[in-house]
Amino acid sequence: MSDLLLDIKNERLSFFTPAGEVKALNNVSFSMKQGEVLGIVGESGSGKSVTAYSLMGLTAYPGKLIGGELRFNGHEVEKMTEKEFRKMRGEEISIIFQDPMTSLNPVYTIGNQIVEMVRLHTNKDKKEAYARAKELLELVGINEPERRLKQYPHELSGGMRQRVMIAIALACEPKLLIADEPTTALDVTIQAQILELMMELRKKLGMSIIMITHDLGVVASMCEKIAVMYAGKIVEYGTTDEIFYNPKHEYTKGLINSIPKLNQKEKERLVPIEGSPVDLLNPPAGCPFAPRCKSCMKICLRQMPPRTDLSDTHYTQCWLLQKAEFEGKGGKAE
Amino acid sequence: MVKYAIKRIAMGLLSLFIVATLTFFLMQAVPGGPFMSEKAISAQAMAALEAKYGLDQPVLVQYKNYLVNALHGDFGPSLKQRGRDVSDIIATKFPVSASLGGTAVVVALVVGIPMGCLAAYHRGKWADNLIIFFATCGIAVPSFVTSSVLIYTFGSKLQLLPTIGLDSPASYIMPVTALAFYPTAYIARLMRSSLLDVMGQDYMRTARAKGVSGFKTLFKHALRNAILPVVTYVGPMLAGLLVGSFVVEKIFTIPGLGREFVSAITNRDYMMIMGTTIFLAALVIAINVVVDILYKIIDPRIKLK
Repeated sequence: MSDLLLDIKNERLSFFTPAGEVKALNNVSFSMKQGEVLGIVGESGSGKSVTAYSLMGLTAYPGKLIGGELRFNGHEVEKMTEKEFRKMRGEEISIIFQDPMTSLNPVYTIGNQIVEMVRLHTNKDKKEAYARAKELLELVGINEPERRLKQYPHELSGGMRQRVMIAIALACEPKLLIADEPTTALDVTIQAQILELMMELRKKLGMSIIMITHDLGVVASMCEKIAVMYAGKIVEYGTTDEIFYNPKHEYTKGLINSIPKLNQKEKERLVPIEGSPVDLLNPPAGCPFAPRCKSCMKICLRQMPPRTDLSDTHYTQCWLLQKAEFEGKGGKAE
Repeated sequence: MVKYAIKRIAMGLLSLFIVATLTFFLMQAVPGGPFMSEKAISAQAMAALEAKYGLDQPVLVQYKNYLVNALHGDFGPSLKQRGRDVSDIIATKFPVSASLGGTAVVVALVVGIPMGCLAAYHRGKWADNLIIFFATCGIAVPSFVTSSVLIYTFGSKLQLLPTIGLDSPASYIMPVTALAFYPTAYIARLMRSSLLDVMGQDYMRTARAKGVSGFKTLFKHALRNAILPVVTYVGPMLAGLLVGSFVVEKIFTIPGLGREFVSAITNRDYMMIMGTTIFLAALVIAINVVVDILYKIIDPRIKLK
């Protein structure tokens, strides 16, 4: 399948800490077509960011890829050296981070930081790179770009800084943009502006976006596909409609249930998912969500459920669905 | 900027005044006097001497006279080294100490900063452990021990280096090493911990994500952010080393200013005590102004007020 920009199969990644091996990613598989927007959702520590960082070789020591195939834009990512990664970063794949307040180097001007990116990956001389930087600032909707280029990060607002981060990320028109919770640290009104900007630029430049977030509202409005992650596994994957209107995994259902509703009564409580995430140092033998799952069965605690395909685009890993499938075929459940 | 400079100079003068006042009265409170010696001199001679240097007047009058003279740039004659003015002694001895101390500071920076960087870059590996070991030694071992070991090994046993004076470039090696050992170790540790802190910052991840090489992330993006604590430390250290170290100058028989500080006090040489103290204080204040301006150049977020 050559139209796939990104194809990850059975990625496994662990952090080797003094306390033991933390299995951050367990058999993560998904793929993306050119131009697609994929949302990765899940709670803190579920492996969303690690999945994205591993594509860029940014999972620093003591993180280590221990298995799986990662194909991106013709690269065999799992075999790449640091030098090859360096060339790929920024040029083919770029990232914007959660907190624009701390993601820009405080001691260099905005101009310096954009020019650095341009000059790293192109043969432009200083003057051309500077012109390109100005063009990029205009592209991300920053007024008075001349003046901004000479300013330091602390002289700009949060939203403006995130725009600068986007400008840096897009300097070399990458094929894939990873947005790691790009709006979490911003005001709601600025959030909307940044998201709008990202969608507009995606249309203009035709890049793919991986949107990492725990804001389901953001994925609903932006993404075509959604991967729900829990404890280093993708527990459900599907189109936005499939995930929102037909969630199959208990965790996905819990996530959607926990969103505050507009028609909620004033004193009504929000619905949390009870319990806390599993300890990845000692992952349970069965489904990692089992201890928190309301419909937990015996087998859930013993064995990891296999993948159940619900449609061409929709799959999940849950024994309940295996059971349903089994019964549907006329068999009898355990 | 001009306003800032004026303000700093005014503050500096005020600090100098306070230092001078405190030193003057503390000094007077210490028992003994400049003309006391094992061989008692006659009461008449003592009175004549005190009258000559104005020490017979009330303390407050002496204080006023000293300040007035000092404002005119006259720090008085040395009470012990007859016939020499305090400013004279400082002018001849300071260059000796400064050349030694200046070399030591350069060595400390040139060796300490790269060592700290290396340790941070190879965190947890053998290079890091080696450097931490060295740094701990440097901080723990006092300079008289370093000096003695150096003299014993290179001067006495191997007879490679001269042990006295500062006549040839080779004679700088041992005293500079002894002087620079502690600051080198300190800078290396400071640099390492500061760099480790900076390397965990988000903008370092941004730099890596841009495709900047490891070496360049360290030197362009991390070093400039991490160097501030080192600059803070180097300021006062520079002042201290420039005016010379009593211990090292004594051991290597170097005619520097460092020895004058201590002997001025043991001799109760009031004029020397005041002169050297004010000189050191002025140097510290001036260097601190330079350090503050450096801050502003290194980190644009810092505002000089």
